[in-house]
Amino acid sequence: MAGWRRHRGRAVSLPVANIDTDQLIPARFMSVPRAEGYGTYLLHDMRRDGAGALRPEFPLNAHPGASVLVAGRNFGSGSSREAAVYALVDAGIRAVIAPSFGDIFAANAVNNGLLPAKVEDAGFAALEAALAHAPQEIAIDIETRSITLDGAQFGFVLDDSWATKLINGWDDIDLTLNHSAAITAFKQKRGQTAAWAWPKEME
Amino acid sequence: MSPKTLYDKIWDAHVAHESEDGTCLLYIDRHLVHEVTSPQAFEGLRMAGRKVHSPEKTIAVPDHNVPTTAGREDPAQMTEESRIQVEALDKNAKEFGVHYYPVSDIRQGIVHIVGPEQGWTLPGMTVVCGDSHTATHGAFGALAHGIGTSEVEHVLATQTLIQKKSKNMKVEITGKLKPGVTAKDITLAVIGETGTAGGTGYVIEYCGEAIRDLSMEGRMTVCNMAIEGGARAGLIAPDETTFEYVKGRPHAPKGAQWEAALNWWKTLYTDEGAHFDKVVTLKGEDIQPVVTWGTSPEDVLPITATVPSPEDFTGGKVEAARRALDYMGLTPGQKLTDIQIDTVFIGSCTNGRIEDLRAVAEVVKGKKIKDGMRAMIVPGSGLVRAQAEEEGLADIFKEAGFEWRLAGCSMCLAMNPDQLSEGERCAATSNRNFEGRQGYKGRTHLVSPAMAAAAAITGHLTDVRELM
Repeated sequence: MAGWRRHRGRAVSLPVANIDTDQLIPARFMSVPRAEGYGTYLLHDMRRDGAGALRPEFPLNAHPGASVLVAGRNFGSGSSREAAVYALVDAGIRAVIAPSFGDIFAANAVNNGLLPAKVEDAGFAALEAALAHAPQEIAIDIETRSITLDGAQFGFVLDDSWATKLINGWDDIDLTLNHSAAITAFKQKRGQTAAWAWPKEME
Repeated sequence: MSPKTLYDKIWDAHVAHESEDGTCLLYIDRHLVHEVTSPQAFEGLRMAGRKVHSPEKTIAVPDHNVPTTAGREDPAQMTEESRIQVEALDKNAKEFGVHYYPVSDIRQGIVHIVGPEQGWTLPGMTVVCGDSHTATHGAFGALAHGIGTSEVEHVLATQTLIQKKSKNMKVEITGKLKPGVTAKDITLAVIGETGTAGGTGYVIEYCGEAIRDLSMEGRMTVCNMAIEGGARAGLIAPDETTFEYVKGRPHAPKGAQWEAALNWWKTLYTDEGAHFDKVVTLKGEDIQPVVTWGTSPEDVLPITATVPSPEDFTGGKVEAARRALDYMGLTPGQKLTDIQIDTVFIGSCTNGRIEDLRAVAEVVKGKKIKDGMRAMIVPGSGLVRAQAEEEGLADIFKEAGFEWRLAGCSMCLAMNPDQLSEGERCAATSNRNFEGRQGYKGRTHLVSPAMAAAAAITGHLTDVRELM
């Protein structure tokens, strides 16, 4: 996964709270192989009318080139499905800006190079207002935790370890395997102090 | 030593490594795996030439996609994509040598029902699964996290999860529950109180007399929906009820190991004076049988109430309520008990256990479901199904007109053929009433098993206390 520090793109507003991962990708598409790309399934049922045609007024349909989504609170709540993040990434989204995120979604996002940028309510209101009528150019800097839009700057919150991971595009497993000795030592100790938690070896 | 919460104690016992910034590698005692969120994780291992770190602690079972009708071994019952996922799990389980309960095994079922049933889930453990309802296992006083597929691969490869510690939240339910009020009503009432983001960033410990009085089945129902309140994990301190449930299960410790385990398990409680960052208290006697009216699990009201108006809310919730009422096809002021139901779904990791089925049988015994009603009961595992048949519950269900299905996730998330059609309205014992959750444009009202049973009989949302 490639890391990134700064991004310039177009931001679009989706002023809805509680967009859960069932909305981001309905379960019926989750058995499709990722290789086929999940972008067309992003927000599938919100973007389409009853006949399956794209609703032209829906923000992501009206502005297909957007790479940053500004959405309401509790974005990505619900199911742990990482497919919700795949759908965003495959649709070209690099960052989601919201007042709050579902915990599992946020971790999944960072694991796929998607920035979950958490903003204060005041900053969020200003962003929403600026984007109310049309998408805007936006610049995001992970290192300085800053968003620039329409000449104004906004800060966002992101855990340091997540920022490092996004910037470097690191593979968690490689990093963790650097601590193999610590894991092995812990496992041996736990095998003694909590032998009851040890299943019988595989038959 | 400063007093610790239950969460603090389990966390401290599993930190294998801590970085300077507080990021920890949490050692994982049990990793549960199902067919939907694991194929890419196994594929990742394969591509990197890695093995499963601890196959003896990894347990796989297909549940999300599997059909629940007779003859489901026939691949024609599944869509091509579903069949590929189930077959991939078959193949991965064999190739990587993890414990496996295939569809043909009577022990197969919903992963969160199978884990506790087989004694894989034990107090004081860390349990993860690529499924948000992993919170269920917290009922045993196990720290149980739902994780994404990248994290599934990480745990498969390293037996650890990268985590920063969450904050501590206490949800206390004091006193006794009134008749007709169940664990499902508790957990929904809590979400109604805290909202779906109230627990975000926290691990919730449920406590108080009403929680203590619950069976393990009821406690699992409560913890199951911690995630609907935003919390990645819910916990209940283990006690005699827990130990009684666990003892003798196939993978529970035996003999001297049992005694050693018990000694530690008895220390798993929150110390007097331990700090909670957030506290919510509800009185057990105030909780009513509840139902959801909207498209968020926080849209909870007592069954005796009326459909709210968007103007009853403030802020962003006004628009959300308007949208929810439109989606649900409801009119403000309408009595909840006047809402007609087309389908009743009883099952899921929230309410697919034997006690749930007994509660249903108690309501429907000797009665018939409403003419034209589609009503299905999907037991949480093959063993729950067998027990229900042995206890005579299955006969009661069939005589009342219910479909009696095989085990799986089924209509909770509509990945298998069990789905709502457009505009169809369902009383469901599952956990999510999101738009489209049970099928495109399907409408879901979350209720307890007893309330679902009552709706199946009368054909509309019903206060089960009137049938008792």
